[in-house]
Amino acid sequence: MPFSLERRKHEFILEVLNIASKQISGYEEITPDVLTGKYFMTGNVAAAEGAIAAGCRYFAGYPITPSSEIAERLSERLPQVNGIFLQMEDELASIVSVLGASWGGVKSMTATSGPGFSLMQETIGLAAMTETPCVIINVQRGGPSTGLPTLVGQGDIMQTRWGSHGDYEIIALSPNSPQECFNLTIECFNLSERYRVPVVLLMDESVGHMTERVIIPPKSKIKTVDRPKPKVPPERYLPYKPGRNLVPPMACASEGYFIHITGLTHDERGYPMIEADVQEKLVKRLCDKILKNADKIIKYEEHNLEDSDIVLVSFGITSRSAKGAVRLAREKGINVGLLRLITIWPFPEKQIRSLAKQVDTLIVCEINNKQLYYEVERCAAGNAEVHHVGNPGGRVPTPYEILDKIEGLKKK
Amino acid sequence: MKQFPKFINEEMLRREIWEFHVIADRCKGCGYCIEFCPEQILEASKEYNAKGYHPPKVKDGLPPDACSGCGFCALICPEFAIFIRKKET
Amino acid sequence: MKYATEHPMDSLLRADRMPHIWCPGCGLGSILTCYLEALVETGIDLKYATMVSGIGCAGRAAGYVKIDSFHVTHGRPIPFAIGLKVTDPRRNVTVFSGDGDLFAIGGNHIIHAARRNVDITVICVNNFNYGMTGGQVGPTTPIGAFTTTTPYGNIEPEFNLPHLCASAGAVYVARWTSLHARRLKESIKEALLKRGFCFIEVLSPCPVAFGRRNMFREGIDMMRYFRDKCKIVHGVDTRDVGIVLGEEIIIGKFVDIEEKETLHDHIARIQRIAQDRWWRKYGKS
Repeated sequence: MPFSLERRKHEFILEVLNIASKQISGYEEITPDVLTGKYFMTGNVAAAEGAIAAGCRYFAGYPITPSSEIAERLSERLPQVNGIFLQMEDELASIVSVLGASWGGVKSMTATSGPGFSLMQETIGLAAMTETPCVIINVQRGGPSTGLPTLVGQGDIMQTRWGSHGDYEIIALSPNSPQECFNLTIECFNLSERYRVPVVLLMDESVGHMTERVIIPPKSKIKTVDRPKPKVPPERYLPYKPGRNLVPPMACASEGYFIHITGLTHDERGYPMIEADVQEKLVKRLCDKILKNADKIIKYEEHNLEDSDIVLVSFGITSRSAKGAVRLAREKGINVGLLRLITIWPFPEKQIRSLAKQVDTLIVCEINNKQLYYEVERCAAGNAEVHHVGNPGGRVPTPYEILDKIEGLKKK
Repeated sequence: MKQFPKFINEEMLRREIWEFHVIADRCKGCGYCIEFCPEQILEASKEYNAKGYHPPKVKDGLPPDACSGCGFCALICPEFAIFIRKKET
Repeated sequence: MKYATEHPMDSLLRADRMPHIWCPGCGLGSILTCYLEALVETGIDLKYATMVSGIGCAGRAAGYVKIDSFHVTHGRPIPFAIGLKVTDPRRNVTVFSGDGDLFAIGGNHIIHAARRNVDITVICVNNFNYGMTGGQVGPTTPIGAFTTTTPYGNIEPEFNLPHLCASAGAVYVARWTSLHARRLKESIKEALLKRGFCFIEVLSPCPVAFGRRNMFREGIDMMRYFRDKCKIVHGVDTRDVGIVLGEEIIIGKFVDIEEKETLHDHIARIQRIAQDRWWRKYGKS
């Protein structure tokens, strides 16, 4: 009995939807994808708008605090721009369907947080191996495991770089304001398409839930990049023969190129070849693709570095506290500067190495138990002292905390 | 060979001649074609292929129209090694 | 004796990779032959035909076909196929994978894909174990069977795959064996042309990993078993089609129901509604 009632309710809903859709007359203009204007919006919503402005037309996700708002906003906006929104049964299905959609020729992304990001690692490895462009937004929260779902953390830095097994390179960007969430999401899509690599937007919960002014520029001012396309006919096309930039042109499904894509180690034809020399050639190129182009990828911001003895190295929400600490310290006469990293991976090694030779002390400010600290220490190579200010998750270090550390170091 | 009534002249009947072809080096000796041919006209040959298996061949002494052209051997062969072709008469 | 060098199907195969890696007696080659012949006979534009496979012996099939083919990680061909299908509904997406890949690690995905009625065809090659890794127990291994990880006999009852898919909402469910090649070919043709989630289970001999540890020493032994003991009954209730190896197996087309709305139909409808609401709210600019 109840089952047939369910069936009738379902049919009724379909009928209503059918009537609703019949009332729509064909509109020639498409609904706007770039909502040009000045807004007061959260970081999550800004990231969603950035994705649509960049050309993303497929989102598959799973709800997880604090990134659910991205999915909610995209569920409303993507159908408006003829895009597809799917809420999948878990994060594994989400990220794999993002890869499928990317091979279908559509820019795609997903959004998650720590626990979901851990689930996605195997597929991020597959994306890196098959050179699939895709964007993953990781709104970091306190970890490990279920941790602090509603409080900030920055503890996924190393996992972003080393999460999947094997050797590969990945790009990760970190915004510190909702405006940057918008801008950097577009940058993420451009980088992933240009270099055919999965790109992670490492937001943190504070930036994702912070409401600030966001200015969305007109569509003509937004630069988008598409994946390199093959210029040769199908008979002469090799899916993994690198072009310029060490990036092979990408022919997607149903373009007549009859590609074969596999996660196994493969040669230039895309066929699996279980041999050590093929592995060496392939993995070396996958890593060089990012490392050799690092100068074009790396972005950072410098504040007051010229005359500083102590430099703070920070990113994300903590960089705002660090900026406050720089101002407070300078009022007290201590020469402090700030290096705000926008690109976390590939790590700006050259910048840190040269900075370490110029200054005495580097203080890494992050909300984790020393993750970026070890990278900075490695690059400093003993030329400067490296210290750490932070906590393993839950609150943003205040400018006064950082100032205390600076003063403590100055006294020595 | 079918037995037809005497008023049908057998030479006037068109017979389709099907030829059995095998790509010897793909054969892995599973024996499916030999076992499941409806006319039971195949057997393993005495020759070896590059991997040491005996590829199938049509039995000796059979009339040229023994193969009925059903194509089951080609469909069941797991190695994409067998195909049949109609001989143009 | 003069042997041939080229097969008429070579234009659809990556012939430079032949002979393939499957064991002598494996049913996968026959099943792939049936699939390719069915694909050609349906007349589908090959540009829009795609195949996605997972990990395992059946998963290697994608590497041998000359259509857009994707060999993804273990258990994940179905979400990949969903991504491919919804981005361009003209594509004809087939998932060709094994029983462990689709129903153990990938079990969650197949029930949701059937529930959503995604318009894909899933061909599950059931060899009753995990063959590629040497013959370990799987969700379809019959209770009591011997595998490398059940040296004293399997202690877990097995899945009834057609029943699982039919309950999840598949519109077409069939079971064949690699011996019943012609019927399998016709069934694949029907499934490729039918809109909605279609599932075909194909029983296959696995002589090296499963057969020789159980009652079927050579591939031909299991094929003879299929010939003697398989009973073709169409339309029977999927509850009654569980397999007891050694006894009668029921095969045939079990479920072939009227087409329902597929996932893409709903997506298209939502797109129209969303755009209509936008224009009603903001008017034509």
